[in-house]
Amino acid sequence: MILHNLIDYETLRVIWWLLLGVLLIGFAVMDGFDLGVGMLLPFVAKTDTERRIVINTIGPVWEGNQVWLILGGGAIFAAWPPLYAVSFSGFYLAMFAILFALILRPVGFKYRSKRESPRWRAGWDWALFIGGFVPALIFGVAVGNVLQGVPFRFADDMRIFYEGSFFGLLNPYALLCGLLSVAMLTMHGASWLMLKSDGAVAARARRFGTIAAIVVIVLFALGGVFVLAGIGGYTITSPIDWSGPSNPLLKTAVREHGAWFANYQTRSWLYIVPAMGFVGAAGAFIAMRLRLEVTTLLLSAASILGIIATVGVSMFPFILPSSLDPKSSLTVWDASSSHMTLFIMLIATVIFLPMILAYTSWVYKVLWGKVDARSINDKSGHAY
Amino acid sequence: MELDIVALSRFQFALTALYHFLFVPLTIGLSVLLAIMETTYVMTGRQIWRQMTKFWGGLFGINFVLGVATGLVMEFQFGMNWSYYSTYVGDIFGAPLAIEGLMAFFLEATFVGLFFFGWNKLSRVGHLAATWAVAIGSNFSALWILIANGWMQNPVGSALNPQTMRMEITNFFDVLFNPVAQAKFVHTVSAGYVCASIFVLGISAWYLLKGRHIELAKRSMTIAASFGLASALSVVVLGDESGYLSTEHQKMKLAAIEAMWETEPAPAAFTAFGFPDQAARETHYAVHIPWVMGLIGTRSLNTEIPGILELEEKAKERIRNGIKAYDALMQIRAVKAPDTITPTVQASYEEAGHELGYALLLKRYVDDPRKATDAQIDQAARDTIPSVPTLFWSFRIMVGLGMFFIILTATFFWLSARRRLDRHRWLLRIAVFAIPLPWVAAELGWVVAEIGRQPWVIEGVLPTALAVSSLGAGSVLFTILGFALIYSVLIVIEMGLMLNAICNGPDPDNEPEAALISPSLMHAAE
Repeated sequence: MILHNLIDYETLRVIWWLLLGVLLIGFAVMDGFDLGVGMLLPFVAKTDTERRIVINTIGPVWEGNQVWLILGGGAIFAAWPPLYAVSFSGFYLAMFAILFALILRPVGFKYRSKRESPRWRAGWDWALFIGGFVPALIFGVAVGNVLQGVPFRFADDMRIFYEGSFFGLLNPYALLCGLLSVAMLTMHGASWLMLKSDGAVAARARRFGTIAAIVVIVLFALGGVFVLAGIGGYTITSPIDWSGPSNPLLKTAVREHGAWFANYQTRSWLYIVPAMGFVGAAGAFIAMRLRLEVTTLLLSAASILGIIATVGVSMFPFILPSSLDPKSSLTVWDASSSHMTLFIMLIATVIFLPMILAYTSWVYKVLWGKVDARSINDKSGHAY
Repeated sequence: MELDIVALSRFQFALTALYHFLFVPLTIGLSVLLAIMETTYVMTGRQIWRQMTKFWGGLFGINFVLGVATGLVMEFQFGMNWSYYSTYVGDIFGAPLAIEGLMAFFLEATFVGLFFFGWNKLSRVGHLAATWAVAIGSNFSALWILIANGWMQNPVGSALNPQTMRMEITNFFDVLFNPVAQAKFVHTVSAGYVCASIFVLGISAWYLLKGRHIELAKRSMTIAASFGLASALSVVVLGDESGYLSTEHQKMKLAAIEAMWETEPAPAAFTAFGFPDQAARETHYAVHIPWVMGLIGTRSLNTEIPGILELEEKAKERIRNGIKAYDALMQIRAVKAPDTITPTVQASYEEAGHELGYALLLKRYVDDPRKATDAQIDQAARDTIPSVPTLFWSFRIMVGLGMFFIILTATFFWLSARRRLDRHRWLLRIAVFAIPLPWVAAELGWVVAEIGRQPWVIEGVLPTALAVSSLGAGSVLFTILGFALIYSVLIVIEMGLMLNAICNGPDPDNEPEAALISPSLMHAAE
């Protein structure tokens, strides 16, 4: 196998950094509205029929959407093994909480409608709420911690030692990021509900959605202010070998004030990225008021894209800085898989991702249209 | 096993993996059966086949969501509990997992929504395509995860990179076409087909016993019996034995399954029954069948199969070789510039490097394997013997059940051909009571595969004890309790809903029988 030399290692690393972003944004945009709808369920739907309408707006699509998370996990494992190993073991109990909540979700969708009892259904409604809220919050909290640096180090044989605690994750800045994530996905879920439902449910969704959009703008701005004021950032202090072996310990790095703004100073056009986060949310707010359903959803997605990309762009080339031992930090240049694995994975992605996008679009086209009381009571449709 | 982090992490993995595999085989098998039933519906236009597809599809759905829910845990816990494993082999192990997502999970999960919600939104052929997409997706996902697992049993196409201290891929096609992975794939999906067939067979038998839904039950039984018979034969004939002899430690697995302590002159006898005693290193009350083992294991009359004790002696040699490799590795890593490595060190590493993993077995007893005593080397060699009684019995029960499934499906195949499915009530009762047995066989199959690989997580490369995350035992104990709690609640709910759906039977299907003309023409006809 010499084919992999067609693309050099350094380019592949940058491509996989971009694809990491694509997958995380893909997850947040596609499964994000499912999580948002789960969070909104108890608040936008009062009667059982309304709740069934809300659930059935995402009923046929949540399974496919959740694969963005599964693929994200698999791709991080394959393309950035140390990132997968450090973050999943370091955030052990937080990951467990996410898994626990996400286990409730599939079961909630499927089993809720199997019995008529109001208590049974109310129980699953709360399970679906938890299944949306907990992952949304914790993913945000995790990103907040990543921005500040995570207390881990590598031993000489690359064994990972993590010296933080679960409660250490819940610091003020991380909680701010967690709330931003919750607001962002609530906005997105509300946009989806406006598109897929009408009447009282859509009206309530619009009210929550407009509030969420404002909260997104405020928290995103606050997040930036805090980074400027004290969160700081990290920077590599040794010469960089872009195509060097993936061993983080071969470099040196330090924590440095303002380092997370360095990329914007050298390339000012990058300010487009955070601007997109603000403009998307503001646009979604306006479009919600104007009842432009499709536009709202697209602008909300653009806002999510801008916000998540901002994190990546600010930290580049860091992907997981270590507060305990900065030289253990994972960067694009020293935490990837081997040249050949990145190449093989790229080929697989180039083949399959367009197919996935094509058949997913087709499925959404088949399911196009609003969900209402009539469509969910059509027994032969097998609605939830 | 003391209550340390390794034992706890292994326990959690066993718990979540065995639980996940309660739902996987039925998903794999039933998706194919649904596709067959719906194909028949589309080809004949008979509404009974649509009713069957919807009824078995309902049960499929109850099972499917738990497979989805618990599958996420499987993927995440490599990083959570096995972080050294994840960095050490992620370069190779991660790729099939990611490709599984790209190629299989998206297909399966995107179309499963249409399977349930698309009956009124798609044409008949369109819906059939969605059902086949689910079936193909489920089966492909098994392929990729077994390529990953096959590599753990037989780590081909890879080498340790001293600069990154991890295994890196050297030949992707070797990983892809790993014979162990191929054998495992055929074995596992066939087992899934058997599982689904016996499930359909048993529930249909219950309907016949109760005199309910006769039409649906008889047709379902006919399909289940023929599909089940073909699959049951495939499981046994194409079982993954062929992979056992490909590596040294798989030889150990084979010897342990047979509780064959001493090397016997070829062709070896098969131990049909006995009580293996790990401490005394012998098998009490053994009943031997001459020649059979040699024939099954080597497909020849004169190839010797090594016994456990001989393999243990070999392991000592390998550990000593591994120490040389470890020494060379340390010297290579100590050098700052790669071009200053001395040729003797490089040569020594290249000669013994493939046995480096054996030196890592010593890490349980001593930090630096080069300082190991003879007693520690003996102990590490003894560790290469997995739990013989567990393997001996798990394997025999699994194979016994496999034979039973062949007889059961063959019987019903014959009855179905003679149109006598409902003649013998005692046979129907046996079919009902057989429902849980495929699950027992499948879980024991994993016990054989994974316990048989111990003490390795990657055969000959990375010992399990070294692969864990440096977590507190309290955290892992907490998550074990958490998983045990939610998994217990969910299995009770799942079984309740499943039984309820079975008791309710199929929904009446009042739509017109003659859907042989296309829906657009039907409009015109009205």
